[in-house]
Amino acid sequence: MHQVEIATTKETLLDSPEMVLNMGPQHPSTHGVLRVILRLDGETVIDLDCDIGYLHRGMEKIAENRQYPMIAPYWDRLDYIAAVSNGLVWVETVEQVMGLDVPPRAHYLRTILTELNRIASHLLWLATHALDIGAVTVLLWALREREEILKIFERQFGARLTCHAWRIGGLPNDAYDDFEADVRRFVSNFPRRLDEYETVLSENRIWLSRTVGIGVISAQDAIAIGLSGPALRGSGVAWDVRKARPYAAYADMDFDVPLGENGDTFDRYLVRLEEMRQSRRIIQQAVDKLPEGPVSAKLPKVIKPPAGDYYHSIEGPKGEIGCYLVSDGSAHPYRVRVRPPSLINLQALRQMCIGHLVADVVAIIGTLDIVLGEIDR
Amino acid sequence: MSISFFSLLLSPVNFIGDLLLKLGLSHDAVNSVVWPLIQISIVVLVVTLWVAYATYLERKISAFMQARLGPMRVGPWGLLQPIADGLKLLTKEDFIPEDADRWIFFFAPYIAVVAAFIVFSVVPFGPDWAVITDVNIGLLFVIAVSSVGVLALILAGWSSNSKYALLGGLRSSAQMVSYEVSMGLALIGGLMFARTLSLSGIVAAQASDAVWYLVYQPAGFLIFLISGIAENNRAPFDLPEAESELVAGFHTEYSGFRWSLFFMAEYAAMVVVSAVATTLYLGGWYFPFVHKLETGGFHNLYVLVSALIFVTKMAVILYLYFWLRWTLPRFRYDQLMDIGWKWLIPAALINIVFTGFSVFVVQALDGWGSLRTIESMSQGLNLTATGKLIMIGLGIIGLFITGGFLSLVNGRSRDFNLKSQRRNIRLVNLPSGTPAVASTKETAPTEA
Repeated sequence: MHQVEIATTKETLLDSPEMVLNMGPQHPSTHGVLRVILRLDGETVIDLDCDIGYLHRGMEKIAENRQYPMIAPYWDRLDYIAAVSNGLVWVETVEQVMGLDVPPRAHYLRTILTELNRIASHLLWLATHALDIGAVTVLLWALREREEILKIFERQFGARLTCHAWRIGGLPNDAYDDFEADVRRFVSNFPRRLDEYETVLSENRIWLSRTVGIGVISAQDAIAIGLSGPALRGSGVAWDVRKARPYAAYADMDFDVPLGENGDTFDRYLVRLEEMRQSRRIIQQAVDKLPEGPVSAKLPKVIKPPAGDYYHSIEGPKGEIGCYLVSDGSAHPYRVRVRPPSLINLQALRQMCIGHLVADVVAIIGTLDIVLGEIDR
Repeated sequence: MSISFFSLLLSPVNFIGDLLLKLGLSHDAVNSVVWPLIQISIVVLVVTLWVAYATYLERKISAFMQARLGPMRVGPWGLLQPIADGLKLLTKEDFIPEDADRWIFFFAPYIAVVAAFIVFSVVPFGPDWAVITDVNIGLLFVIAVSSVGVLALILAGWSSNSKYALLGGLRSSAQMVSYEVSMGLALIGGLMFARTLSLSGIVAAQASDAVWYLVYQPAGFLIFLISGIAENNRAPFDLPEAESELVAGFHTEYSGFRWSLFFMAEYAAMVVVSAVATTLYLGGWYFPFVHKLETGGFHNLYVLVSALIFVTKMAVILYLYFWLRWTLPRFRYDQLMDIGWKWLIPAALINIVFTGFSVFVVQALDGWGSLRTIESMSQGLNLTATGKLIMIGLGIIGLFITGGFLSLVNGRSRDFNLKSQRRNIRLVNLPSGTPAVASTKETAPTEA
């Protein structure tokens, strides 16, 4: 990573108008334990560097010593905001490697629940992003909405945040009795609430002046850095894994992909809001079409994928979550590598921030929607 | 016995005065020493409680806005929460960072709190005995003293030996200095009607004219209120303590009771601004028909009711503070300066010119044909009903003229109309690709 030159001697500190500001790891708005080292001229950022690794748990190394089904709970703790999506990428990778025939009901339930998780994750992003820019009330409103989803998760998975949602081959158990009713109720209430949140922000002069033209990244740069998810689509690049390489039941769903035009913070904000609406559409369709049947495939006693290199990715709330798996044919993976969307999106921070003010750094960290659990793994 | 008890209830003031005289104090001593001391202690007590309960109110109001309950545990509906908080802060460790400038760090909170509280000595809470002192340059005194508060913030930021505190201190100095200007300029419009700087005099002028200057000065009121909120470092202008950027700004390194002094100073400063706004624009303690109590012979009741009216009006403005804080996002530093220098100061200047012009017009119209606009000029500008109507009309026109002029001046700036400058996002229905395949044996992806 790029290194910030730090003036250390007293002379250089006094001579230069520049100041090095250490933001984090204990800072209210770095979304966890991100440390950003800023070089400031007044309040203008002239350079910055990110220091990561404070939450490193060695997930990928741990995975090498676990059998395939035992790895899934670790994956839930990568991006703990979106445990359901993270779990999905692991089980789908193994399922596809093994060539398992996952029943359609499992696919549909996976679609519904990952989309609910996407909404929950985006709501938490909205809450914290608005909080970073100073709109405190949106935080509580968005969390209230997220609570409805977490209630569904709690009844379905038994956990609210780190849901161990899937098993290789399907779901551990069928949807609970009132599942469809609960989801339908959420789906019918949600648009009205979202509109309400939008009125607080989208037309607000202060919100506009804080987000329009802030953290602009062009489509070329976004592709070059490897951004994915809303951060990429905010720059107008039409790339969505759900469309490009449909997994679960997405091939049967009709939904649009929102694309930004300016690549700034406000566009990414609008894109995420629209994604929530599209997710709601997907959930609606999936609940309507939800087939009957078993929710799990027949599994061999021990899961031993054939030797080889495999890569599978899904569209997580933050971007493309990939899983690169090297199997040596044994019951343990030889090597697992996660493609962490937050880590790669974070690479854009320096380019987005330079020339902006300190306050914008916070807004840009918010708009990138990073989760340190996934960056540090 | 029963009569003296009754008089204690209705006229506690006279009773105490008589008691003191009976104790052998001279009339002079009672009037110029004992009595002001009693007033001061009452005001300090009331304001401190008011500040403490303002935090409670803020927490409750924000809670109701955010679909939650707020403090509920300490006392019924959490009513004892501010007291519990105060006790907790009192008993916390008095921590001073190692490399801090000890004495400045030590004294900065006191400067803040004194600067905020001293203003209450001239605030007219009510007529007669509900004023500690009436200085004939009252308004200047308020502005002068309350701007000392900025010193505390700069010193606190500087002495903490922390970069966040330093940035907070720098921001606060720039912010308070800029907004002080527009705040002072906004007041001038109102003064043209009151024709006095004495705060009691301003209220008396409004009472004798039976009007609140808000209706003559809508533009001035708005400018004053916005500058006041900004000068108090309250959201959406709470940059010096912007918690998401600067952790806690100038008071990052403060804790315990010293921190709570800053907090008290902030709330007291809010009360000051709302008191000045109430005095100048909302008629102070004046409310129609209340003076009938005075003519009915209940003097002390009249003073008490008037003081209650004053506090109620202040509470309305305080509510506005809370409302804004929990609704709006925060400005950025440069945008804040833009608003101060490019919007509020020009607006205040136009307001002065236009108010002067309106006063001139109303005066010139007096005696034009059978038109009578001015009743008297002895205590402020007293207008007849026609004069009032004309002045209200001119005030509204002034609002539009100010708005129009500002749009003209700032129309070409980037922030003026952000929404129309940009293209919106679009929705595309991408064609669905081939389903994800399992193996990519031949094309091993590169490590990110």
